[in-house]
Amino acid sequence: MSTTNDVVVTGLGATTPLGGDVTTTWQALVAGRSGVRKLEADWVDRYELPVRIAAQLVVEPTEVIPRVEARRMDRCEQVALVAAKQAWADAGLDGEQPQVEPERLGVVIGTGIGGAMTLLQQDDLLETQGIRKISPLTVPMLMPNGPAAFVSLALNAQGGAHAPVSACASGAEALAWAWRMLRAGEVDVVVAGGAEACISALPLAGFAQARTMSTRNDEPEKASRPFDAERDGFVLGEGAGVMVLERAEFARARGARVYGRLAGAGTSADAYHITGLQPEGKGAARAIAAALRTAELDPKEVGHVNAHATSTPVGDVAEAAAIRLAIGDHPVVTAPKSALGHLLGAAGAVEAIATLLAVHDGVVPPTLNLEHQDPQVRLDVAAGTARRTELSAAVNDSFGFGGHNVALAFTSA
Amino acid sequence: MSNEEILKELRAIVEEVAGVSPEDITEEKSFVDDLDVDSLSMVEIAVQAEDKFGVKIPDDQLANLKTVGDAVSYIATNK
Repeated sequence: MSTTNDVVVTGLGATTPLGGDVTTTWQALVAGRSGVRKLEADWVDRYELPVRIAAQLVVEPTEVIPRVEARRMDRCEQVALVAAKQAWADAGLDGEQPQVEPERLGVVIGTGIGGAMTLLQQDDLLETQGIRKISPLTVPMLMPNGPAAFVSLALNAQGGAHAPVSACASGAEALAWAWRMLRAGEVDVVVAGGAEACISALPLAGFAQARTMSTRNDEPEKASRPFDAERDGFVLGEGAGVMVLERAEFARARGARVYGRLAGAGTSADAYHITGLQPEGKGAARAIAAALRTAELDPKEVGHVNAHATSTPVGDVAEAAAIRLAIGDHPVVTAPKSALGHLLGAAGAVEAIATLLAVHDGVVPPTLNLEHQDPQVRLDVAAGTARRTELSAAVNDSFGFGGHNVALAFTSA
Repeated sequence: MSNEEILKELRAIVEEVAGVSPEDITEEKSFVDDLDVDSLSMVEIAVQAEDKFGVKIPDDQLANLKTVGDAVSYIATNK
């Protein structure tokens, strides 16, 4: 059943530690490959970092974006643009004739910490060479709305460019925001997602000092192990994911190919602890329940949950409780961070793409490294190999430092 | 350094910063109107030119360097 308020997904784009586009990334996810590697950088030794692994991009954005354009952008802006252009083309919107009025086209791209690499590099320059060497592009490169702004420029999107910042929920919150804009009829099309690229010493040191990261340095591919009894923290990744979302009527009128519907979205705040999830998953469960309610879905209809599960000892258990509370123990659950690492502000968007493709293709990618499931995680987690299963609805969870919870409900077209 | 040599070096800087083809960078061209160089890139070009040619280009002078020829003359006079 579809109504005039329906929001459909018509284009997908991504660049991730598993591939430079959506197809490669999705195939690698389904095949159960890991994107986590030993981190080769001189500063790892220089600062004696306890974390020596990461999930880095397979395709450098500078291989795709022209040199002069790329040098004006922070890496997080580059990946946003790469993914957005892919999604735009995938939706068939990149032709000579514009199919959507610029003023009816919006952009929402979230990021966790934005241009951190630029901030650090320019601060080094300031210290060592003085103000003359500071780039006049410093501010547009480090501002967290930069990814949204560059995408808006590239696509001539004049219907608003927004940048939710909610740590590791940012990418999902961007999709929720876009969904609201479309449901309200403010615009016809929104290009939405998340971007992050901050694999450098300070972010790694900060997360490591918070004791949130895996230090399984000798076995990179085994380090990210959500829901496993031996998990010891997350692995930092980088990348971007972008969706083209449209009002269903608009998509139908232009004859667009539809992957599925973003049927509902729910957000909540824990107001419990600055980094930790409320242990019983109450806030997360409220976000999930709100997503189902707005999607007019009964929990029984949800066949799959793409979990946030970062592989931290506490967070995974709280999320498992939230899923049971809001949906039950029947959905097939997967934890894509076992393969992708944690893409922070891009995670929710890349994983939303995986959730949608799971419904579209009827296959749930495996959770890697799930050897001994934590007995506190009383869920049906797909381990080992991909699970083939007919799906009509699936939920994607995302949570961020600060107590931000976002849940998205996708259904088949 | 001759004006010809200054132009050659300046072309390399403008190409590096703004991606303009060297053959398009001729003395009569306006940085902003003809070569599509924005104000941010002009600052980068000025800083690189200061280092390359050993000149000082204060902001009030930079505002007067409308064309490539203006820049070449300024550098030739002030270095």
